[in-house]
Amino acid sequence: MVTSSILVLFLLGFIAAGILAAASKILHVEEDPRIALVENCFPGANCGGCGFPGCSAAAAAVVKGQAAPEVCVAGGADIATNIAAIMGTEVAFKEPKVAANICTGGSRANLLFDYEGVEDCRAEALLYGGEKSCGLGCIGLGSCVKVCGFDAIRLTDDGLPIVDMNACRSCGKCAEVCPTGAVRISGMTMDLLHLNEIDDCLAPCMQKCPAQIDVRTYINQMKKGDMRGALLTMKERNPLPLAVGRLCPAPCETICRRNIADEGVAIHTLHRFVADWEMNSGSRLSLTCNPLSGHKVAIIGSGPAGLSCAYFLRRVGHQPVIFEKRDVAGGMMKGIIPEYRLPEKVVDWEIQSIFDLGVEVRTGVEFGKDITVKQLEDEGFEAIFMATGAWKVPALGIENGDSENVLDAISFLAGVGKEFSDLKGKKIVVIGDTNTAMDVVRSASRLGAETAAIIPCIQRKMSANKKEVERAAELGSDLKFLTEPVRVIAENGKVSGVEYRELQYDDPKKATGKPKPVEGSEQSMDADYIIVASDRVADTDVFRTESGEQLFELDKKTGGIKTDPMTMQTSVPNVFAGGEVHTGRSILIQAVADGRCAARGIHYFVTKGEIPEISNPQLRVIPESILKNMEVIYTIPRIKVPEISVEERKSTFKEEVTGSIVYDEARKESSRCLRCGLTCYDSEAGAEYAADSDVHKFNEA
Amino acid sequence: MEYFLLFISATFINNIVLVQYLGACPFMGTSKSTDVAIGMGSAVIFVILMATAFTWPLQHYVLDPYGIGYLQTIVFILVIASLVQFVEMFLKKAIPPLYKSLGLFLPLITTNCAVLGVAIMVQRSEYSFVKSLVFAFSSGVGFLVALVIISSIRERLDIAPVPSVFRGVPIALIMAGIMSLAFFAFKGMAA
Repeated sequence: MVTSSILVLFLLGFIAAGILAAASKILHVEEDPRIALVENCFPGANCGGCGFPGCSAAAAAVVKGQAAPEVCVAGGADIATNIAAIMGTEVAFKEPKVAANICTGGSRANLLFDYEGVEDCRAEALLYGGEKSCGLGCIGLGSCVKVCGFDAIRLTDDGLPIVDMNACRSCGKCAEVCPTGAVRISGMTMDLLHLNEIDDCLAPCMQKCPAQIDVRTYINQMKKGDMRGALLTMKERNPLPLAVGRLCPAPCETICRRNIADEGVAIHTLHRFVADWEMNSGSRLSLTCNPLSGHKVAIIGSGPAGLSCAYFLRRVGHQPVIFEKRDVAGGMMKGIIPEYRLPEKVVDWEIQSIFDLGVEVRTGVEFGKDITVKQLEDEGFEAIFMATGAWKVPALGIENGDSENVLDAISFLAGVGKEFSDLKGKKIVVIGDTNTAMDVVRSASRLGAETAAIIPCIQRKMSANKKEVERAAELGSDLKFLTEPVRVIAENGKVSGVEYRELQYDDPKKATGKPKPVEGSEQSMDADYIIVASDRVADTDVFRTESGEQLFELDKKTGGIKTDPMTMQTSVPNVFAGGEVHTGRSILIQAVADGRCAARGIHYFVTKGEIPEISNPQLRVIPESILKNMEVIYTIPRIKVPEISVEERKSTFKEEVTGSIVYDEARKESSRCLRCGLTCYDSEAGAEYAADSDVHKFNEA
Repeated sequence: MEYFLLFISATFINNIVLVQYLGACPFMGTSKSTDVAIGMGSAVIFVILMATAFTWPLQHYVLDPYGIGYLQTIVFILVIASLVQFVEMFLKKAIPPLYKSLGLFLPLITTNCAVLGVAIMVQRSEYSFVKSLVFAFSSGVGFLVALVIISSIRERLDIAPVPSVFRGVPIALIMAGIMSLAFFAFKGMAA
């Protein structure tokens, strides 16, 4: 019995082993040994973040050439290098991405109901769309925390996810489970090229800013004393913070929710403070740029739009080359905008920071004369960005309008400090209601001239900023509102005066429509110079072919080059346009915004061949974000910005009117920010300054 | 009718996992998601069928004639393990797509007591070869049904407010117990 048992078992075992041995020979499958080697390199997280079902599949894909050595999202550069060594290749640059939470609401977002069901954001979102009144914000039940395989997310006491940048492997699981889109995976390119969408949590200030600067975030960083972080936040959207901090009319401040409670936050002042903080430190913040992609882009014009486009293109990895007609880069910022508003040294510092990224500039090259679209294409430029600005001042178009000493505002401002260094005893009449007109008035007044301005509307209707008009009046200029020139009085072809008449609206109270001349109101005044600053338009004569045809379709409204509003693409697919050559006379921040918009379009055009449409672009203020009432606990007085005296302004030219604020003041002003979300806000803003004598509770004030 | 009753009996009344308590380890281990559960269940059906097809003749033509039936367990383990290894090699070479979809589960089944249990049960019940195969297939289906049900429950439990001490396997075991009680309701419907 025992013998037969042993024999049967032995026989069976022998047969089984024999069959398996034979099978292993016959059914042997050749497998690339590199698959095992590559798989050994992976950390074995099997997270699926790479898009393959597990590490084995990813390893097989790498060996087959279907995936790059840097496929693993859980591993760092070391792992990619090791895999590349096995595969005999090199590691390509992989832009780091991390998860980020866009919601700042947390527990302060109003509750719709008390949810006592399954503790999962998705379940709650499916039930009623979330327990919070804000449909875009974080629900706060931490589904993202539960799915994170790398312990990179935690919830704050406010119920908001905080991502540990060092631990995050951007596997995307958190973004996948977030039903509201509050958690997103983003990288530098994505951040730089993202245009605001109505699905984003946009505070009113962010909606109103043409450049879409994340105001809320940088002010919060300032509040914490993180000036470096604040500057980096700014530079995600604005490469010219020094210039914008001095020149921007700050539409963001007019819509600031704090206006409902007391006075709006001094956003513009804070913006300038952060920009000055870097310049005053003497060292530049290093900015990251992707390695060169090999795509060359020509930019015509080195003004704010051109510089902005070059900056964004270089940061995402392309190679922009700026062609500038003049000998200096900077457009109107250099030599046209007066020194007391934007000092030359500030412009130089600012522009240098963009050139330092590796942007090439070729000065003294005029488009249409020295270079053409065809030549640029032949030189290997895949796209061209037209940013030549609006330098042409329309002629006066009245009798003797071409007399000697009738100048356009640009020529005058360019000559300030050169041919116009002393205007004592001279009478200068400026015609126009623009910021440029006010620049001329203020510059001429500083040079000692007696100035007057003929303005064809009331002050409220002027296109110049309110502050600019006030400053012009402070210098003693005679601002003649609701007047228009009739004819230039000339003697021997040279200006000696101007005849003008009064205007009146059909309904003076409403002041709508175009004012009409008042019969018999003609008067005259003496003038040594008449400076025309009625408007500035793009000179489109240069955009013609040799046979005289227009290169691009023109915009009938602005007179500039017509473009697609979201892509900035002209009627010629590889040519884009932005800034004043597209919009006509506008503010600096608009040119910066156009530059970024064009950079986005160009990036997609040169890399993918087509520019994806934005699904829900934010084009106007989101109605639900405009609140009527707010309950804010503390009232803190808005910061007073130091200004030099009017007398001092008359005697000096190279001083700025408004000075800079100090660090502690900047932080205190930052604390006034309500850190608004789309519908939520921080009602306890400024609580840390509650003990200060100038801070009160609203019910005590 | 006889085969139908056999199918109902093996699948529901005498469910291999929830009534016979065999194969509890893969039942717990591979029931976290329904996709995996379906893969595992399908692989078990395939292997149980193959194992029964090989062990039945071995029992009737080798072990019984030589009077060495007491070697049944060790012989069946040897045969099933070798069989699974062979099937794995064959599928890898001949049908790579099927190997990919089953590949992960085949080695897991090598020491699955549900497979061995079914092979032994058909011998004890003295079924014919065809009946044995029907019984094996039905038991495999029973395993699949139980696995799919519990994986569906566990997917929901993942997002449920379960006290932390019960999270994971403890609550899954409680669920398995309740499911087992539910399956006992089939008792008496047939043999």
